[in-house]
This record gives sequence, C-alpha cells and structure tokens, in this order.
Amino acid sequence: MEYLVGIQGPDFVLVAADNVAASSILQMKHDQDKMFKLSEKILLLCVGEAGDTAQFAEYIQKNLQLYKMRNGYELSPSAAANFTRKNLADYLRSRTPYHVNLLLAGYDETDGPGLYYMDYLSSLSKAPFAAHGYGAFLTLSILDQHYKPDLTREEAVDLLKKCIEELRKRFIVNLPSFTVRLIDKEGIHDLEKLSSGAK
Amino acid sequence: MALEDICGFQDTPLHRKCFPASHFEDTATSFDCYSAEFRGLKKSGRDSGIPLQFFIPSLPNSAPFNHRSTSHFSPSKHSVTVRRPFPLSHGTTTLGFIFQGGVIAAADTRASAGGLVACPAVHKITPIHSHLVVTSSGSGADCMLWERILAREIRLYQLRHRRCLSICGTAKLLSFMLHPFKGTDVCVALTLCGWDKEAGNTDSSFITDNSSSAGFSSQDVSAMAYPSSPNRGPKLIYVCSDGARLQGDVFSVGSGSPYAYGVLDGRLRWNLSKEEAVSLAREAVFRATHRDAYSGNNVDLFHITAQGWSRRKREELKEEYYRDMERRTKTVGERKRETVLYALG
Repeated sequence: MEYLVGIQGPDFVLVAADNVAASSILQMKHDQDKMFKLSEKILLLCVGEAGDTAQFAEYIQKNLQLYKMRNGYELSPSAAANFTRKNLADYLRSRTPYHVNLLLAGYDETDGPGLYYMDYLSSLSKAPFAAHGYGAFLTLSILDQHYKPDLTREEAVDLLKKCIEELRKRFIVNLPSFTVRLIDKEGIHDLEKLSSGAK
Repeated sequence: MALEDICGFQDTPLHRKCFPASHFEDTATSFDCYSAEFRGLKKSGRDSGIPLQFFIPSLPNSAPFNHRSTSHFSPSKHSVTVRRPFPLSHGTTTLGFIFQGGVIAAADTRASAGGLVACPAVHKITPIHSHLVVTSSGSGADCMLWERILAREIRLYQLRHRRCLSICGTAKLLSFMLHPFKGTDVCVALTLCGWDKEAGNTDSSFITDNSSSAGFSSQDVSAMAYPSSPNRGPKLIYVCSDGARLQGDVFSVGSGSPYAYGVLDGRLRWNLSKEEAVSLAREAVFRATHRDAYSGNNVDLFHITAQGWSRRKREELKEEYYRDMERRTKTVGERKRETVLYALG
C-alpha cells in the first residue's frame, strides 16, 4: 500500500514517496517521511515491513556517517547503493532478514545523478526511473511512455504529477499526499508536497 | 532493581543463565557470559545494561538450550515450549492525543482472554516517571514486563547521566529492546505520552543526527508554557513490537481503535479546553467499548502537562451508558413536545 517513485534527469534526480503510515486497516499517520538522508547528496527511500524500514535505513545511515567520520569524505551514491545491497544480502539468509524495498537516489561529482532500485531480495539495478509498491503496476507504463533521458525539471515534475493522478484515479487505497524531493549538484531540495486532489 | 545494577551487585544464579544475544552487534562488547567480572564495571562506557536473561528468543543452535532440554522435547519444538492455556487476544481500546493543554491518555480496563473477561479492572495506563505515561495494548503479560523493563532502563539512564532521557530517546530505546523479539509471539503496542522538559537531541530520521549534546539540565519547566524548540513540550509516540515507531498528534490502539478514531477525528482540535479534551477522550473510549466486545468496564484517564501527570478518577462506563440513554430519551421527548406545540400553535 506504499508507493515510491524516482525519475533521473540529465543533472538531477527527482524522488517522491507517499506519506501514509498504516497499521492493518488504519492510517496511523498521514505525514510520515519515508526518505532518509544518507549524506549531503544521497537519499534513501525505504518501504516495507513495519519495524524493518526504520531499523535498516537508520543502520545504513549511521554507517555512512561513520564512514565519513573515519575517512573524511562521503561515499559515492554507487558505493552507498552497493553497501546497502551487501547488507541486505547478508541478512537475507539469516534468521532475521529485512523485508524492505528501497530506492537510493544521489548525485555524484564525477558520475552525475544516479537512481538505484533495490528490493527485499537484495537485487540492485541502476535505472533511469523506478517505482515500488502496488502503485508501480499502475505507473510504470506512464513512465515508460513519457520518459526522455534529457527531460527538464519541470517535465519531470509533470511526469510525477501524471503518475499521482493515475494513482488517485485507479488505486483503491487513498494516498492523499506525497513528499517530493530533488537532488542535484547543489544538494537535496524539498519541493512542494503533492496532494492527490481530494482534500 | 535499578540501584542493584548501578552498584554492580551480581546475582550469580542469574548470571549463570546468561545467553549471548547474537543479534545485537552493538552490545556485543558489553557482555561475555562466561566472564566472572562485574557487569557494571565492564560496561562503564555503555548504556546497554539490558539483562541478558530477557533475550531468550530461541536459538536452535545454541548449546546451553539443548543441554537443558529433557528427552520429552524434540529439538525442532524449541520455539513452542509452553502451550497456552487460553487463546491470546488483543482486545483493548487505548488512545492518546495532544492538544493545547498537554497530552491526554485514556484507556478501558478490560482484560480479555478469548471470549472471557479475565479481569474487569486492569490498569492499562502506567506512569513511568513524573512526565511520562505509557498506555499498553496487546498481550497483558508482555506489556507489564516491558513497561517494567522500560522504567528500569529510564531510571538507570537518569542515574548514570544525571538527566532525564527524552521521550523520543525512550521510544527509540524501547524499540531497539523489542527488536530481537520481532517475529516471535511477543505482542506489545505501547503509546508513550509525555512531556519533554529540557532540550534534547533532534531525533528526526531525516536530519543527520549530531552526537548527543552535553546535557544542559534546565529545570525551569514553568517558563515553558508552549515549547519554542521542537524538542520541548508534549510528545506522543507509538511503539510496537513489530518495530514500528511513530510520532504523532493522535493515536488509538487496540481492537476498539477504529471506533475511537471515529469519535476523535470528528471533534479533535488543538484549542480544546481541558474539560472538553477530557470529555472527548471519555466519549471516544465509551463509544469504542460499546461496540467492541473486547473493551469495556471502566475508563482510565491521565492528563500530562509540564508539571507532570495527573490521574482522573476511574469511571464506570455502565453509568455513562445509562446517562447517555437518559439523555437520548430526554431529547426525543423534548422534540416530540416541540412538534406537538408547533402543530398546535
């Protein structure tokens, strides 16, 4: 019932996540932030089983901060994604696997923007656009249709709005609002929260 | 209990039963169950003095367990050691919300075991310290135990660091203590309702966490009518044995929670007066107990402000029900009289 989406442009990555924290049939919170800041230019979007999300994401977050403290510089998005995947893989065949689905978005000085898709079976793939959740079934075709590798920021936000409109129309679960953030060479920027229309 | 630990008092039979908790990579350095050293000395720099005998999620490969088991138990049945005499049920209605006058915590008092009312007068809201109260739902025994463990750890923190742990910190501590039991039958859903008295750490998951500030203990609670920094003032955090940890303005937990939400969502506003807030909480619990079979009997109400918690006298909901009935018949009667008068005049 949760939704994550990421769109990579030529010099930015746009990411959005829904804001609902649910427990069986109830919305416990409608302003939950599912994005974790791993470093100045890396965001981890994390959904999945109730406790595992925060636990795993914070574990990765603290480890990356420790790396920065020890070595004086931050890990690149690619290295961070691979580190995350390795941790997921290590726990996968233990007695306590983490059931989390992730999107890692970041901007690297040398490689530029990057969006990495990871799932709970610890697969990792760098992708131009990606989504998680039931909403992904509804929106991936829209992303396929309208995505261009050189899309501008406005076009990316419009594409995101199209996806959210589709969810509002066809998804049986009501996801009233979405946190939207953009990463570029200046860092992480908060964009205006997108609501699905019906207040 | 907490003082024992500070003094390093070692109770040797307990020590012998220690198992290494293999999940906790961060506490791995703090114990060695075969060492005879005082646990207090060993963890001089560490906070995690959680007694190891609590961490007994069954480890199928752990040698001590196997040695202990008799021939009646087959090794594969480690996880089910005792058959439950009655079906576990999580029937309850608890709620908490923040408003301008502080935090209200309310709960019913019925403990159900399947279809039986095991006890009609249970305390589901427990004070942990002067400014923190915990409402519990889930398995009664688990909640009682974990509340006690939490109180112990908070007190230990207070003795060691000479300041109160923030509510967010308490919630995180509880969440981390419950994590090894995820996937087992431990069922605990606690709502921490409290008032943060002094500026603590920012515990937002989004902001990079700075190392803990040197605790400048400002005890002037009276100056804070309304918190200027986000870390002071009323707090409401829901912690669950699944691992969920949510901070919010209103939470209701238990089988009666949907009914309670129905009442709360309609009438809850920030600028309620204390009387209005109390009556709203009572109404919400009352309506939930009316519809939910597993909630009922009485309602307990706590109000937490900057001065601490205060408990309202426990009220029987049977009386409330009859009062409600009377009110309805009265309004129906009045309306009938009005229509008659209107028809005449």
